[in-house]
Amino acid sequence: MLAPDSVGRTFAGAEIISISQPEIDAFAAVLGESDTTFAPPTFTIRITLAQFQNILTKPEIGLDWSRLVHGDQKFEIFSPIKAGDLLNCSATIETYRIAAGNEILTVRSDLHRGPELVVSSWSTLVVRA
Amino acid sequence: MITIGDQLPEKVVLIDRAMLKSYADASGDQNPIHQNEEFALSVGLPNVIAHGMLTMALVGKYLTDWSGGSASVREFGARFIKPVIVPGGEKVDLTINGTVTEVIGNHVKIDLVATSAGVKVLGMAKAVVVKNELQ
Repeated sequence: MLAPDSVGRTFAGAEIISISQPEIDAFAAVLGESDTTFAPPTFTIRITLAQFQNILTKPEIGLDWSRLVHGDQKFEIFSPIKAGDLLNCSATIETYRIAAGNEILTVRSDLHRGPELVVSSWSTLVVRA
Repeated sequence: MITIGDQLPEKVVLIDRAMLKSYADASGDQNPIHQNEEFALSVGLPNVIAHGMLTMALVGKYLTDWSGGSASVREFGARFIKPVIVPGGEKVDLTINGTVTEVIGNHVKIDLVATSAGVKVLGMAKAVVVKNELQ
């Protein structure tokens, strides 16, 4: 169960994430995209889900990641990601409810390049009963 | 000229276990339900399933092929309503269609439909792309 006082909290990213050309190339290759000047639009899920897992499974938050299902996903892209970007990722637990024993939470991720917000995304995560 | 109701050309992408492994490595999502049949069955799934985010990424590629590259997407969202089931040794289809629902300046809103084996796998799949030729 999620600790109730964690809803509404924003967790600052602990480190700067450096985006490399090989990781964009690998992601694009799976999709058959040969132009890797910019990352494919869903590329940042790679950063975001890892960040969510780090935060939400902390003992004081208490989410069981092994029973987690991804319910939905939305991206707003203000500036596309490219190799060499140095990004900071903060995460906010926006909503939390329990339905039929399942825990359902919405988590927002904000990626900044320096002061500039480049991608916001929202994930609905379901922890199955 | 792009107008409301325009259909994007249908595309069929084939998904197999090798693609799931490549996506797991490229995305960092190594959840065994996407690679290990025994594990998938043990948690009540019908077989290994594709990552919802792989499905969404492939629909994203469909979008950007039409709109003019990876940098052209401004908004993109979808609900994962049914899994894409990927049996060993098989290639399953992901069939993608899109319809223009709004055009404002060079911003185009698209409704997307994605099915696999005739079953709709994404719900509320929508995007806003910048179509530069509309500038």
